[in-house]
Amino acid sequence: MGVARYIKNEKDEIQEVILQSGIHLKPLYTKKDLEEIGFDPEKDLALPGEYPFTRGIHPLGYRSREWTTRQYTGFGTPKETNERFKLMISHGQTGLNVAFDLPTQMGLDSDDPLAEGEVGRVGMAVDSLRDFEVAFQGIPLDRIGAGLTINAVASIMLAMFQATAEKFGFKKERVSATPQNDILKEMIGRGAWIFPVKPAVRLIGDTIEYSMKELPRTNPVSVCGYHIRESGCSPVQEIAYAFQIANTYIEEVLRRGHNIDDFVRGFTFNLNVFGNLWEQVAKFRAARKLWAINLKERYGAKDNRSLLLRGIFGGGGYGMTKAQPENNIIRGAYYALAAALGGAQTTALCSFDEAYTIPTPRAALLSLRTFQILMEEIGLRDTVDPLAGSYFIETLTKQMEQKIVEEMKKIDNLGGMIKAVESGYVQKEVARQAYEFEKGVQKGELIKVGVNKYTEGEEMEVELHEYRQESVEEQIQRLQEVKRERDNRKVVQLLKDLESAARAEKNIMPYLLECCKAYATVGEMTKVFKEVFGEFKEPSIF
Amino acid sequence: MEKKIRILVAKPGLDGHDRGAKVVAQALRDGGMEVIYTGLHQTIDQIIHAAIQEDVDVIGLSIMSGAHLPICEKLKNEMKKRKVDDIMVIVGGVIPKRDIPKLRQIGIEGIFPGGTPFDESIRWIKEHIKTR
Repeated sequence: MGVARYIKNEKDEIQEVILQSGIHLKPLYTKKDLEEIGFDPEKDLALPGEYPFTRGIHPLGYRSREWTTRQYTGFGTPKETNERFKLMISHGQTGLNVAFDLPTQMGLDSDDPLAEGEVGRVGMAVDSLRDFEVAFQGIPLDRIGAGLTINAVASIMLAMFQATAEKFGFKKERVSATPQNDILKEMIGRGAWIFPVKPAVRLIGDTIEYSMKELPRTNPVSVCGYHIRESGCSPVQEIAYAFQIANTYIEEVLRRGHNIDDFVRGFTFNLNVFGNLWEQVAKFRAARKLWAINLKERYGAKDNRSLLLRGIFGGGGYGMTKAQPENNIIRGAYYALAAALGGAQTTALCSFDEAYTIPTPRAALLSLRTFQILMEEIGLRDTVDPLAGSYFIETLTKQMEQKIVEEMKKIDNLGGMIKAVESGYVQKEVARQAYEFEKGVQKGELIKVGVNKYTEGEEMEVELHEYRQESVEEQIQRLQEVKRERDNRKVVQLLKDLESAARAEKNIMPYLLECCKAYATVGEMTKVFKEVFGEFKEPSIF
Repeated sequence: MEKKIRILVAKPGLDGHDRGAKVVAQALRDGGMEVIYTGLHQTIDQIIHAAIQEDVDVIGLSIMSGAHLPICEKLKNEMKKRKVDDIMVIVGGVIPKRDIPKLRQIGIEGIFPGGTPFDESIRWIKEHIKTR
C-alpha cells in the first residue's frame, strides 16, 4: 500500500516521517537544504525538454500534448474485448492496453487441459490470428497505439499484431505496438514466465532488433518497475531494478553489434503511482534524470532522443484496498495527480473494483473520467513541471537519485540483473519487504484508511463482472475451426522452420510472422520454443 | 513438546501473483509452523504429490485469478480418489463473499480472503487442527 511511517508524540504531533524508501522528511525545507545537498539548477534541472530532463521530456509538457490514456482492458472472447475497446475509445480513451488471459500469457491454447478454468478469465483469450482479427476489428491502428500486456510470449504477440495490421491494410511502418515484453520482472514479481532466463532475454533482443528495422513506431519493450513494486519493493528499488533490467536488454542488443542510438528509443517504462505523493513525484523526476545519465555515461548514447525516459506511470493496484472499495476512487484521483505532477506521457489507473473483479464498464469509465477531470478541469495542463524549484521537491529528488544509484550499484556488484534473478537475490529482497510492510499494516504502524483506521461503517457491495462459461466454449470452437480451415501442411513446415531458426540463434521474428499469418496457434509456437529452450526453474528463496 | 504443524503453501494454476503466498508463508513460519512453498504454476497432481511427500497436515492454496472454484473442486476430488482427503485444505486470495458457501460445500475448511490478519489465520489453523 506504500505509505510512509509516522512517529507521533502523545499530543498527536508528528515527530518523524519516514518514506518507504527510507528517507526521513523534515518539517521545513529552506534554501539551506538545497545548498547542503549540492543542488545545481543548471546541472540538476535545466529546462524541460533539455538534458538531463528532470523537468520533463517535452519543452512545453502537457501544453503541447495531453497524456495518452490506456486503461488495461480485456476479458472473455476477442469479440467482448473489441466491444469494450470501442466503448472506451468512444469515451475519449486515446490508446489501448490489452489484457490477455493466463493461458495466453503462458503460451497455452484454450483447449489445453492446463488452461481449464482460466480461459478468458483475467483477460482475453488469443489462440491464433483469427482472434486478433476480431479483437482489433474497426480500430484505427494507425492512430490508436496498442499496449500488449504479455511477456513470455511477447515475440509471438508482436508478430501477430503485425500480421493483423497488415491484413487490415495498415502499413507496418505506421502502427504502434507496445508489447510489455519484460521477462525479468516476471521472474521477480508477476510470475508469467516460461523459458529460462538467457533464452528469454534473447527473445527480447530479437524483438528489439526486429522492431528497429521493421516496426519503427513500435516500442518493443516496456520495462516494468511497476510489478516489482506491486510485489513489495520500495520506490527507489522500483527504479533501480527497472534500470538494471533495461540495461540487461540493452546489452543483449549491443552484443549483436548494434549502435545504442539505433534502438534504445524503443524502450519505455511502466512505473507505479501509489504511496506517498511527494515520494512518487520525486521518483519520476529523479528517474528521468538518471535514465538520461545512464544512457549517456554508461552506453555513450549521443542522440538526445535516446535519452528520454518515456512511459506509462499509472496503475496503483497495491494501494487500492478491498475494504471500503469506494475509497479507491478517491485514491485513484490522487495517484493520477502524482502521475501528472511527475510528467507521465501515458497513464492508466486500476479501477476501484479491481480487488474484487475484472472492472465493470462503470468502473473503467470512472478511471478514464479521473484523467479527463485532471487535465481539463483542475489545471494540470497549465504549466510544465509545476513543482520545480521547490526547496522540498528538489531536495527529495536529489535524495531519491542518490538512493537509486546506490541500489543500482548493489546489482552491479552481484554481476548484473541476470545473476541477481537467477540466484533469487531480488526475489528474496522483494518478499522480505512485502512481509515487513504487511506486518506494519497489521500492527497499525502504517495507516490505511478503511483497513486499519476508520474501519466502521457498513460494508459496500461491489457489482461483479460475470465470468461466462459460454465464452470459453465459443473460444474453443473458433480454435477448432481455425485448425480445420488452415493449410495444416504449411503450418507444420513453418513450425519446423521456426525451430531451426531458434536452434541456429537466428532472429526468430520473421519466422513467427509467417507462422502467425498461416494461423499457427500460440500454443504450437510456444511448444517449439519449449523444446529448444527448456523451462525456467524458480530459485528457492525460503 | 508439541509437534509442529506442517503446511504446504501452494500456488495452483497459471497465476503468478505470489506476493500473498510468500508473505503468508513467512507469517506462518514465524507463527511456529513448518512451511513448504511449492513455487509457481503447480498442477493439482504436483500439489498432491508434494503434500504426500512432505507429509503435511494442511494444504494452503493461494489463488488470485478468480479460478478458485474449479481449482478447489478439482483438488478435493483428486484427494478423495487418492484417499488423502484427511489433509486439511484452506484457501486465501481474491475470494468474493458469495463464493464462500460454495467453497465450504466443496470441502474447503478455512477461507481467508486478502487482508485477513496473520494472527487470525494462524490461530484458526492451530485450533482446527486439534479439533478435527
